[in-house]
Amino acid sequence: LLRSSQPLTGPNRRRCREDEKLLGTILDEGERGFIIDTRSAQAAKQARMSGGGTEPKSCYPHWRRLHRALDRGRPLQESFMRLVEACSEPSLSMDRWLARLDGSRWLSHVKAALSTACLAAQCLDREDSNVLVHGAEGTDTTLLVTALAQLILDPSCRTLEGFQALLQREWIEAGHPFHLRCARSASSHARGKQEAPLFLLFLDCVWQLSRQFPFSLEFGEQLLLTLFDNAYASCYGTFLCNNEKERSLCKVKESTHSLWAWLNQPEEKHKYLNPLYSHNPLVIWPSVEPQSIQLWQGLFLRWIRPSQHLDEAWAEIQRLVEGN
Amino acid sequence: MEHIRMPKVENVRLLDRFSSRRAVVGTLYLTATHVIFVENGSETRKETWVLHSQISSIEKQATTATGCPLLIRCKNFQVIQLVIPQERDCHDVYISLIRLARPVKYEELYCFSFNPKLDKEEREQGWKLVDLNEEYNRMGVPNNYWQISDVNRDYGVCDSYPTEVYVPKSATAHIIVGSSKFRSRRRFPALSYYCKSNNASICRSSQPLSGFSARCLEDEQMLQAIRKANPGSDFIYVVDTRPKLNAMANRAAGKGYENEDNYSNIKFQFIGIENIHVMRNSLQKMLEVCELKSPSMSDFLWGLENSGWLKHIKAIMDAGIFIAKAVAEEGVSVLVHCSDGWDRTAQVCSVASLLLDPYYRTMKGFMVLIEKDWVSFGHKFNHRYGNLDGDPKEISPVIDQFIECVWQLMEQFPCAFEFNERFLIHIQHHIYSCQFGNFLCNSQKERRELKIKERTYSLWAHLWKNRADYLNPLYRSDHSQTQGTLHLQIAPCNFLYKFWSGMYNRFEKGLHPRQSVTDYLMAVKEETQQLEEELEALQERLANLQKSQSGNNIVKSKQQDRSKQFGLYTSNNSLANTPQEYSNDLKSFPSRSPSQGDEDSALILTQDNLKSSDPDLSANSDQESGVEDLSCRSPSGGGCLPSEDSGKDSDEAVFLAG
Repeated sequence: LLRSSQPLTGPNRRRCREDEKLLGTILDEGERGFIIDTRSAQAAKQARMSGGGTEPKSCYPHWRRLHRALDRGRPLQESFMRLVEACSEPSLSMDRWLARLDGSRWLSHVKAALSTACLAAQCLDREDSNVLVHGAEGTDTTLLVTALAQLILDPSCRTLEGFQALLQREWIEAGHPFHLRCARSASSHARGKQEAPLFLLFLDCVWQLSRQFPFSLEFGEQLLLTLFDNAYASCYGTFLCNNEKERSLCKVKESTHSLWAWLNQPEEKHKYLNPLYSHNPLVIWPSVEPQSIQLWQGLFLRWIRPSQHLDEAWAEIQRLVEGN
Repeated sequence: MEHIRMPKVENVRLLDRFSSRRAVVGTLYLTATHVIFVENGSETRKETWVLHSQISSIEKQATTATGCPLLIRCKNFQVIQLVIPQERDCHDVYISLIRLARPVKYEELYCFSFNPKLDKEEREQGWKLVDLNEEYNRMGVPNNYWQISDVNRDYGVCDSYPTEVYVPKSATAHIIVGSSKFRSRRRFPALSYYCKSNNASICRSSQPLSGFSARCLEDEQMLQAIRKANPGSDFIYVVDTRPKLNAMANRAAGKGYENEDNYSNIKFQFIGIENIHVMRNSLQKMLEVCELKSPSMSDFLWGLENSGWLKHIKAIMDAGIFIAKAVAEEGVSVLVHCSDGWDRTAQVCSVASLLLDPYYRTMKGFMVLIEKDWVSFGHKFNHRYGNLDGDPKEISPVIDQFIECVWQLMEQFPCAFEFNERFLIHIQHHIYSCQFGNFLCNSQKERRELKIKERTYSLWAHLWKNRADYLNPLYRSDHSQTQGTLHLQIAPCNFLYKFWSGMYNRFEKGLHPRQSVTDYLMAVKEETQQLEEELEALQERLANLQKSQSGNNIVKSKQQDRSKQFGLYTSNNSLANTPQEYSNDLKSFPSRSPSQGDEDSALILTQDNLKSSDPDLSANSDQESGVEDLSCRSPSGGGCLPSEDSGKDSDEAVFLAG
């Protein structure tokens, strides 16, 4: 599984021998690879006008390109804001509620993200092919797809430790611009152009996986909520800045504490573990039918609905599993 | 058997609804009670059994090159698609099924031939499992305020009521009879639930025949009697569960609702639950959404909203909450009615009782609740669920809605119910299956005339025998959630109502969480219990040994290391699950690995199995077994966005589908 950003083909259909050679060396003799472009075919084509573009088939003959349009940026942020608004109005009638849930399109985004990740996973697992994922910048939807695909495929990413490593590798070090993306969250009226809840979308997809495979993730909802909180506002330096370069310049490692260090302390760790976890060595294929994708109440209704009864249920599960 | 034109057809294909790749070939059999499809495979010979009673509709579709398709839709939401090679065979099967699915006599129903091989006494005992007299006593009646009345002992006053009803002490036979004449279908106010702690009660009836201005002294006295039976309050609520407009329209037909001016000390309230026709259509629309092939999220949500189904569920729940609050918090008695007092009234009274009294949240209590508010009070099972061929306008998913309300509550209060989702699903299944005699006919009177108890078996006994399958591992009778009233907020509630895919997509296993937490926790619980018992036994032995062999240090502690024994039951992950079709772009690959059996949508209900549990009924069946079957196959049809690969750009890679 590879990731990158878009090739700078431009309007003149530039070529780059080194890039072609690089992609060529990845494939063995006679093998074919897939390129999953997270932009629509049209958007990818239009990107040429501003210097970007796609890999032309003639230059990358053994790679098949698939387009899976995933929303990012402004549309995703608006989707998020509409959902949060709908959740915060308790007096809505049922009809209005469903209409607004649908109108926010948030769940459609979850479905699309999971589907694309599954597609990538399928190419790897079932087709035994290499896969290259990229969008435009390679810092948003690209990371969403590669991180999710690994969770689906690789049981080691589903352990607490493995998941942290996945986040560190596929989001933080890969250069997702947290500082820009997680500035003000859903109540932001400042309309920051760079604000977009990609990371939250990722966490939502992980939550969907945990709901469909309740035994397969070593961590629980509490971890996901904590990560969500810390991405936006944190006592720790883990999610600071936009990339490794900035973190180095700001001397983040020298002047802040790591979230992982705190989470992994024995006194803290147990809060984030899933009592039902049992190592599942297989690939977990989620269903992406609409009935299978649910609203993440624990996040979106966190402050609105009382969670007491569900907390009690989890406590009971814990009690049962630990043998009282 | 005279209705069966073709008892056997070979080379029939059973299609997977979402993927024609997964069709299986087998033989179709028609018996007097079932349609059976047996796979041809050498090893498995998997069988799919469908009761005729379950068949809701049969659709013969246009003949194609592969044969003549027949679509069977069931009342338990299973949909079976067959392809029969010869058109005339298909036609014969179709005609036969049409007749078989619409019996005209009760004797045609399965419950009269079903034989679980129990003797007469066991059958009787089964029927005695739920005893309503015991239940009323448990509630605390008869007492100073309430008495049994036998005024209806020969069904002379109201033929849809039971022979024994509970009425206020001050309601004489004269008052009861007078009131019954002023009520639609003679369904006079009678006790449904009595709250011991504050004497408030829930009573139920049908609408008064008040028209625009008619009055009835006895009916007014009846309501007064109800009020007087609760010394703690000086008024009662009268709740009309209909929308105001409908109730007002009824006045023109000489019926209507109670006028606060005529009835002293009542506070009248409309709740606005729609009628059976609206509900029937609502379910129909929702099922259409379920049948969509690879719907987008938007298609689904829009379809759900358009059906209005969740809105209706919430309306019923809200009514139940109102009544429960009136009784528990205000200590005020409530009289509930709709039009005839056998649909919405039943729903609302049972939801309220469930909220108020933790006993109804136990397995036994729930059975009792259904017996009381649905069976004994004359809910028209035959008309509503089509035991016999009848007026399609009478069909309506009334009890289904109540069962869904219970499920919604279970989702919000996971520790509060002794039973689990499977219990509800199986009950719903059997309401339509007519395999047991509990839900036949329209009233107690009809059931007695048909001698149901002597000729059929009770579902309750069957469920009770298999209660281990129906337990909720999170239930503890000493838990805070299981004590007292369940409090729900009415206001910020919309988003708490979920689409019940476990019921409406029951047979599409790929949609559900692949691993059953309930079953796992039940197994864990059992194991813990076993180990604890063992531990106790060993400790006793140790103590005895130490006593008798004091000084001998050879006695070793045999207490096993619990932690080692414990993780024994973990989900067995050795079976792989398969991916959905996420994309039409990849070439089709073999969809199942050799280790998987075909667990799709199959209803396994063989005669042998009927003796013990129902392994039926679910797609949950493999989840019921000790080994988690993760081979749930997702319906294919891909959740991917429409591919834009077919663009005209020559650079684009174009894939051949499938």
